[in-house]
Amino acid sequence: MPLDPSFIGRTYPPTAPYEVGREKIREFAVAVGDANPAYTDPEAAKALGHPDVIAPPTFPFVITYQASAQVVEDPELGLDFSRVVHGDQKFTYTRPVRAGDRLAVTVTIDNIKSMVGNDILSVRGEVHDEGGEHVVTAFMTLVARGADEAGE
Amino acid sequence: MAISFDEVEVGTVLPAQSFPVTRATLVRYAGASGDFNPIHWNEKFALEVGLPDVIAHGMFTMAEAIRVVTDWVGDPGAVVEYGVRFTKPVPVPNDGVGAVIEVSGKVAALLDDRRVRVDLVAMSGGQKVLGMSRAVVRLA
Repeated sequence: MPLDPSFIGRTYPPTAPYEVGREKIREFAVAVGDANPAYTDPEAAKALGHPDVIAPPTFPFVITYQASAQVVEDPELGLDFSRVVHGDQKFTYTRPVRAGDRLAVTVTIDNIKSMVGNDILSVRGEVHDEGGEHVVTAFMTLVARGADEAGE
Repeated sequence: MAISFDEVEVGTVLPAQSFPVTRATLVRYAGASGDFNPIHWNEKFALEVGLPDVIAHGMFTMAEAIRVVTDWVGDPGAVVEYGVRFTKPVPVPNDGVGAVIEVSGKVAALLDDRRVRVDLVAMSGGQKVLGMSRAVVRLA
């Protein structure tokens, strides 16, 4: 059954703050094999003008993806996650995520459309710090392959 | 050391890089990112859902591709926008060798406020694995 387009525009309550730690940033940087010292050495980060180590550009997805579980697992929406693939992803940054941040995500369903039996779900996660300042927005498109799709 | 806006023009080529990815890479990325979808580590499951093999996380490929930009500018905080489309999966065979993601990039547009748009191309196994892969960075 196609997803209900009346969910377009629905905004979920902000998530409880995610506290960004230096060691989590280091773990992520190591996992993507990125030796940029701005991710692990506070002095190197300061030399670039950052108050503490910063996170790699795709790190915010760790937080926004967790937050999007509200949508993905919303029983009223009824998304079949076993049929979902990641279609596209975009970030717009006001500043990089950094150690010490306490970040809350506000998730909104931007769009739902059906194309050749597939449901395409566009979800936006706006990330703000403890002071309410915008840090980054993540735009994610998920494609749920239609249950009747032939050839798979 | 930082790249100056005045040094670049449309067509300026960024140093290309190759990023190896093995099953061990994917297990490590799953742990660090919290994305434990079994298509990224369980071959039996991946085959059952119609994939050719275990595939890399799209977000792993996205993380590698931007390194061509962040290594070029030095300060990863210079990235003000970054987006990709996941066009093809990156199959990662369990042969001890895995796959390689090859990334190239060039300056596609000069923008206001000393910003430039970089267009990236990411290939693996002869296939283009990212589409519309673009970053906007603010230069010195």
